[in-house]
Amino acid sequence: MELTVLEDTVFNLIRHAAIHLPQDVKEALKKAYLNEESEIGKIQLKAILENVELAEAHKIPLCQDTGIITIYVRAGAELKGLDKVEEVIINAVKRATREVPLRPNAINPINNQNSDDNTGRFSPQIDWEIVSGDILELSVLLKGGGSENVSSLSMLLPGMDFKDLKTFVIETVIRAGAKPCPPTVLGVAFGGGADLAVKLAKKALLRPLNKPNSNPKLAKLEEELLEAINMTGIGPMGLGGKITALKVHVDYAYRHPASFPVAVAFSCWALRRASARIFPDGSVEYLTLNSEGT
Amino acid sequence: MAVYYLKTPIPEKEIRQLRVNDVIYITGLIVTARDQAHRRALEYIKSGKPLPINLEGLALYHCGPLVRREDNEWFVLAAGPTTSTRMEYFEAELIKNFKVRVVVGKGGMGEKTKEAMKKYGAVYGVFTGGAAVLAAKLVKNVRSVEWLDLGVPEALWVLDVENFGPLIVAIDSHGNNLFIEAARKVEERKTQIYKMLGLHS
Repeated sequence: MELTVLEDTVFNLIRHAAIHLPQDVKEALKKAYLNEESEIGKIQLKAILENVELAEAHKIPLCQDTGIITIYVRAGAELKGLDKVEEVIINAVKRATREVPLRPNAINPINNQNSDDNTGRFSPQIDWEIVSGDILELSVLLKGGGSENVSSLSMLLPGMDFKDLKTFVIETVIRAGAKPCPPTVLGVAFGGGADLAVKLAKKALLRPLNKPNSNPKLAKLEEELLEAINMTGIGPMGLGGKITALKVHVDYAYRHPASFPVAVAFSCWALRRASARIFPDGSVEYLTLNSEGT
Repeated sequence: MAVYYLKTPIPEKEIRQLRVNDVIYITGLIVTARDQAHRRALEYIKSGKPLPINLEGLALYHCGPLVRREDNEWFVLAAGPTTSTRMEYFEAELIKNFKVRVVVGKGGMGEKTKEAMKKYGAVYGVFTGGAAVLAAKLVKNVRSVEWLDLGVPEALWVLDVENFGPLIVAIDSHGNNLFIEAARKVEERKTQIYKMLGLHS
């Protein structure tokens, strides 16, 4: 594996995610603007759409909170040099912080010192998955603090069912209110242990908004939750309105007989993600951006 | 829903005419402060130390900007609001002691802030969360930066702004709070939502 190709790819993905919203998210926001009926809600969505255009035109990160950085790696088991990937990702993050630039968001919680380069213990966060083959697939997710702070986990009773899950999700959305910068995208995951539920809920944010859930029962649950959330009237920025969420994505894992965890992860309207595949010959296929990686 | 253009230092009289749902634009000085700056400001109040900048009549902005430094000059690239609820613990004291006239942020503020705004004459204005490039375009220049030891996001950035807005007045100086009203309406709708989902509240 060509390490310079890897570093450039990670850098390009971070840069692109910080500046450009994926097409599916832009379309969902435009639709939200057309469907919103509240005057103040429309002002918010108009500012959002203008901001997205300005960021692209001036090549500036669309939000000052360039987020905590998670890199999802799907590595083909036949690849050599996987032990170097982490170091290369860290270098790419340092470079992105200087050159994009990103806001330095990594703080040592023991002494409140900012590392000034977005790296530190477990920063950036790297999620590994080993798959068959010889391709390295990378996805970058930049997630702001406002949406992260309203993440929620509940250990429901195994005797409970989907009804209780729905109640928990609605209560969580109401408690979050304006804080996660609605209209949001929600990741909801149930089953597993507590840690797995939280991880799957966040990872569900990577799914394109126009790709339906492959499980019909979960697809129906997503629709029901979205309709219920948009009945709350929280609206854009919590100032009242019809559009509180753009989409709900549900995932699950098998659970222990005694446990029924449910986790909710929020993304603000600025759902910033980008993906690419690196092939053994060093060629790169950008999945969410143009072929030059810009 | 009236529209007002305000210039800093903003007199209390001008603040008193504003009502929730009004739209305001600010020209003049706006100072960023988030969690750590609020904490330090509170320590300064307790020990009677003056802040490095006089906030009277100015706008305080819950924001940790994205900046670039070129030849010893700072440029603001992106500067949207951060969630104001985290500053609820501190804000009433800052309004009382420094006569801040406008607090700018997103996500809403609570009872203590509302009371201080009523008593001392201030409003809370909401800038669209995440609309950070839009906000930065309204910053003419960086006047100064204080408390940079707190880190770039947490420092006090003193910014010259022109027609900074639209800001939706969400708390006025007459005891109205749009976010508390919105939360009440949401609570009222809950029964209807649960009924639709076949749940009991």
